[in-house]
Amino acid sequence: MSRINKSIPFWRREQFTPFLLLMPAILILLLVVLLPLLFSLYTSFTGYRLIRPDSLYNWVGFRNYERIFTNANFWYAFGRTVLFLTIALNLEFLFGLGIALLINKITWGQRTLRTIMMFPMMFSPILVGYQFKFIFNDNIGILNNALQALGLSDGAIPWLVDKQLAMFSIIFAEVWMSTSIFAILLLAGLFAMPRDPLEAAKVDGCNPWQVFRHITLPFLMPFAFIAMTIRSLDVARAYDIVDVMTGGGPAGRTELLWTLIARVGYDNSRMGQANAMAYVSILLSIAFTYYFFRKLIAARRYMGGAD
Amino acid sequence: MAEIKLENVVKNYGKLEVVHGINLDIAHNEFVVLVGPSGCGKSTTLRMIAGLEEITDGEISIGPQVVNELPPRKRNISMVFQNYALYPHMSVRENLGFGLKIAKQSDAMVEERVGEAAEILGLQELLDRTPAELSGGQRQRVAMGRAIVRHPEAFLFDEPLSNLDAKLRVQMRTEIKKLHQKVKTTVVYVTHDQVEAMTLADRIVVMKDGWIEQVGTPMEVFNHPVNTFVASFIGSPPMNLIPATVEGAEIVFADTTRLPVPARLESHISDGQKVILGLRPDDLTPEGHGIIESGQKASMQLTVDLAELLGTETILYTQINGQEVLGKMFDPREVEPGESMSFNISLDKVHLFDAETQKSVRLG
Repeated sequence: MSRINKSIPFWRREQFTPFLLLMPAILILLLVVLLPLLFSLYTSFTGYRLIRPDSLYNWVGFRNYERIFTNANFWYAFGRTVLFLTIALNLEFLFGLGIALLINKITWGQRTLRTIMMFPMMFSPILVGYQFKFIFNDNIGILNNALQALGLSDGAIPWLVDKQLAMFSIIFAEVWMSTSIFAILLLAGLFAMPRDPLEAAKVDGCNPWQVFRHITLPFLMPFAFIAMTIRSLDVARAYDIVDVMTGGGPAGRTELLWTLIARVGYDNSRMGQANAMAYVSILLSIAFTYYFFRKLIAARRYMGGAD
Repeated sequence: MAEIKLENVVKNYGKLEVVHGINLDIAHNEFVVLVGPSGCGKSTTLRMIAGLEEITDGEISIGPQVVNELPPRKRNISMVFQNYALYPHMSVRENLGFGLKIAKQSDAMVEERVGEAAEILGLQELLDRTPAELSGGQRQRVAMGRAIVRHPEAFLFDEPLSNLDAKLRVQMRTEIKKLHQKVKTTVVYVTHDQVEAMTLADRIVVMKDGWIEQVGTPMEVFNHPVNTFVASFIGSPPMNLIPATVEGAEIVFADTTRLPVPARLESHISDGQKVILGLRPDDLTPEGHGIIESGQKASMQLTVDLAELLGTETILYTQINGQEVLGKMFDPREVEPGESMSFNISLDKVHLFDAETQKSVRLG
């Protein structure tokens, strides 16, 4: 065996074949993903500015990182992103769960409703942003108009200008657009749910709430965590809706990580510093993904093969 | 511990009526088996007792209380499901104690009852496992344990053994029987397997197409089936049913083969009546190979088409009146296909059914 192996060049040996076949894919990934990643990592250690290409070679060590870590605006944006993500995901989970439970009860017209439910996902986030910018506009917005017509408010509520209301409006738009992702995944979970344990629980003395709390919900949690994982990546990179609706304003009160990064990188052309922030932001995303994945695995541990 | 009473219970699914007003009294501590082919309404009946299906009409009571409107949780019954229906995210211990926890019993009480059930069913070693880590038989035991811990008024079993392999099924069947002797509670047990029904039941309820065909002890149902359906459903291999006509003191088949009318049935039939003769394979035995050699007998020369050797007995396939008929040979010897043998028919055991109503002539 060893003699034969020695006589054949290594790239023609059988155990090497998979690597040979995967080589094109590996090369492309290295070229289009790893290389830019390494390049941007490198620039985060330089004073690279877009308008001065030679600054690419201006090695500054950890100074970019020191600067952003001591920068209050960065930490505000960081905290705001975490808050935004937490509120949006929890609301989407609650609404999605409610919608899924209701649709699951419907027998007639369920397919149609399922399709309608997914409409918000079909629009570009930019357009959703514009739509809500119009709805929430304090002068010509349909919301203020409606509130006034109904006599619920007599002044123009500054939805996008007040710092708290602006955050609320953005979260509202985000939730409107993406609740259906939770709804569809949780509905899939409900469809996959075996009926027997539910009936066993009813006989075991559970009222409807207890059945939901002790049987349905634990079964749905893996599906919820899958949705959370997907959505946490989505929301952590939120840029489009925010930029369209408030542009990070008023006075930076709705500035999230990526709107800040884009501003620093493109408007101020401090690409080195922007890349340093981007790396911190990616670590945040990885942390969330890791967290939800751990939750997912824990929730799924007992679910295998007990039917 | 309580009796269960069904009065004119009807179940409709939309316009389709699947249970047509059945009446059944189940006594305190009685083991009743509902048996019938699939679609006969036995599971629906059980689920109506459990409260998992609403009843369309009639009345169900458990103990003194009418439970028509009560949700399952207020009926104080427990149920064992075909697919075990264990809670996948809970350990065996939590599965067993779940009902008690929901009922807000003290931890000490839960601990005690779970321990008690685990001991009865031999689950002590498995308490910390999850259902996914158990074999089919173990899951079935946990499902039964979950039913025991609550000390319910009645146990309901919905085809609990049909997911187990043949050997385990026999073993669990004995365990269920022992369990009933230990915990003495009213049991309603649904199965499509007549062997389970015969071995477990105090009383068997044979159902078909949403009607109850016969209620009786296993011996009654086996020895005195009220109609051809019960006759062919209970017993394995099934009873042979051969159409014939009564002519005087003889039963005549279409091919003019004749048998004397059994003495005990003479008064129940009239001359010229079209009947169906029911003959269990056990009562059609080759000369010298029967169980009971006494009593009124007739003999017939028949050709054996096929012999199935089972060890202690051999099933013989032969023909009467051009129809396949099964006989049994006890203490068997080798039989060649095509061999002609003299068969004894135990006329004392023969059943006669009216051809028109399919009912036993004894009831007519």
